Amino acid sequence: MYSRTADKVFDTIVYAVVIIAVLVCIIPFLHVIALSLSSNEAVVAQKVSILPIGFNLEAYSRIIKDATMIRSLLLTILITVLFTLLGMFLTVCCAYPLNKKRLKGRKFMSMICIFTLFFSGGIIPNYILINNLKLLNSIWSLILPLAFSAYNMIIIKNFFANIPESLEESAYLDGCTDVGILVRIVLPLSAPALATIALFFAVGRWNTFQDALFYITKPDLYPLQLKLNLIVSASASTESLGESVGAAQLVPEVLKAACVMFATLPIVIVYPWLQKYFVSGVMIGAVKG
Amino acid sequence: MNPLGTSSDLVRGKPKALKANGFLYYLKRDFFLYLMFFIPLCFIFLFYYVPMYGLTIAFKDYDVIRGYMESPWIGFDAFKEVFKSPDFLKVLRNTLVLNFLDLLFGFPAPIILAIFLNEIRVKWFKRVSQTILYLPHFLSWVIIAGIMYQLFSPNTGLVNILIRSLGGQTIPFLTEKWHWLFTYVGIGVWQTAGWGTIIYLAAITGINSELYEAAVVDGAGRLRKIWNITLPGIRSTIIVMLIISLGRIMGSSFDRPYAIGNPIVREVADVIATFVYRVGIQSLRYNTATAIGLFQSGVGLILVLITDFIAIKVGEKGIV
Repeated sequence: MYSRTADKVFDTIVYAVVIIAVLVCIIPFLHVIALSLSSNEAVVAQKVSILPIGFNLEAYSRIIKDATMIRSLLLTILITVLFTLLGMFLTVCCAYPLNKKRLKGRKFMSMICIFTLFFSGGIIPNYILINNLKLLNSIWSLILPLAFSAYNMIIIKNFFANIPESLEESAYLDGCTDVGILVRIVLPLSAPALATIALFFAVGRWNTFQDALFYITKPDLYPLQLKLNLIVSASASTESLGESVGAAQLVPEVLKAACVMFATLPIVIVYPWLQKYFVSGVMIGAVKG
Repeated sequence: MNPLGTSSDLVRGKPKALKANGFLYYLKRDFFLYLMFFIPLCFIFLFYYVPMYGLTIAFKDYDVIRGYMESPWIGFDAFKEVFKSPDFLKVLRNTLVLNFLDLLFGFPAPIILAIFLNEIRVKWFKRVSQTILYLPHFLSWVIIAGIMYQLFSPNTGLVNILIRSLGGQTIPFLTEKWHWLFTYVGIGVWQTAGWGTIIYLAAITGINSELYEAAVVDGAGRLRKIWNITLPGIRSTIIVMLIISLGRIMGSSFDRPYAIGNPIVREVADVIATFVYRVGIQSLRYNTATAIGLFQSGVGLILVLITDFIAIKVGEKGIV
């Protein structure tokens, strides 16, 4: 006979733990948002916790008026879009043939792709390559090298594998070419998976700054995360902030907080919709086929 | 060209012009597919395999001026130098320590959280919680570092303000070696725990509900059900995830230690990736840095193969 009280206690613990976890996840975020929207005095007086005090958009207007920040933002958007388009193209060009069982050499071709997940040249050989290709300080150094992702390719390949062969066969019998089948049958049916992978590419590119750090040394080509890293890690000397966002009368914390929010804004805006796709993407990927 | 073969093929056998199962036959039949594959293949070759060949720099005394071909072969000298260097050993130690701590604290967290989430009956609460819990996963490490430095700042950070108001003393979360270690791991858990629950929750829903019903009949309470049914039920998922994590013990991400680290804590925060960056790209000691990179990639590969082997032995499907 189990005890009802034990059950209730257990339930309370469960809810408590989950609530704490949720709070821990979101409070840091809310705090920074609040800081970015607060007035100098409130921040200096350490009164700001999760709600803004002395609400004002000063920091944001400062950022928007800063040409280098806007330039960085537009550049990052351009890079992300190009990267995603190229990535999707390469993914489909790779996944579609590899899905055809009748293709000779398929296993070998798959191995070539999958091996890239296990072993890589590392930082230096990649750097030397980019250097030799004269791509240092070019946005293409951020678009080309990582455009092919074996991980994403496998997910799409598995998805293609779930499309019944009979559909394709009947299209052949109707005289459709390989291209036609791809464009008219396979792609439309895979739209959700493709959308998910496109998001994987886009978010991945938006958030990664390691390659930008290595390959881009000219300040006007800094993508957003790199620029943000400099602003955040600069030992809060007002001069370095002042340089980039005009005569700084704003307390560094407020400005920094606003910069942080600025760099993550697109992600946050589309977040609820975004996470739905990502979760389903993980599911598709988790099905080992 | 009909890939299924024309009916005349079936009846009379292949025309003499093309060898029956020769390479050319397949090339002609599936030309478009091979062409399609060729495009990503170029990218793969250029950006993945060419740098792999570049790993041979580790064995040469690479001189940028003389170029690759003219640089003399030095065999394992660079490696010997690397392994004797106390700097490298320190960095290796840091990498292993950080990964191990991540594993110790970061591995159980999503499992426990997933089990708890599964126990929640109120659907809207569960959904909202999950949405919020996934958020940290979408933030770049730069953003996270920005947020955390703000939060844990010794004087103005919210956490320390709270601690002081409760009568405690300021804690140097990110500005002192040992505190930094645990803050680093904590931040790691913060970023991954919520997202990690996805896999485990999916595994939990795969458990046969009849097992639970039988347990209730036998008088099992909630805890007992979890211990005897849920955990064993997701055992294989846990093992696979554990094996994958162990296989990555030598790996180091760059973004995270770079963004969260700072010069004060360099002694514990410098990992292989950040070290290679400083030594290689900033100081241009290419062959040393490449040797380290090769070491790391090599060990990583061996670990992946070993752990995959173990996974198969334990009964799971391997990745390779």
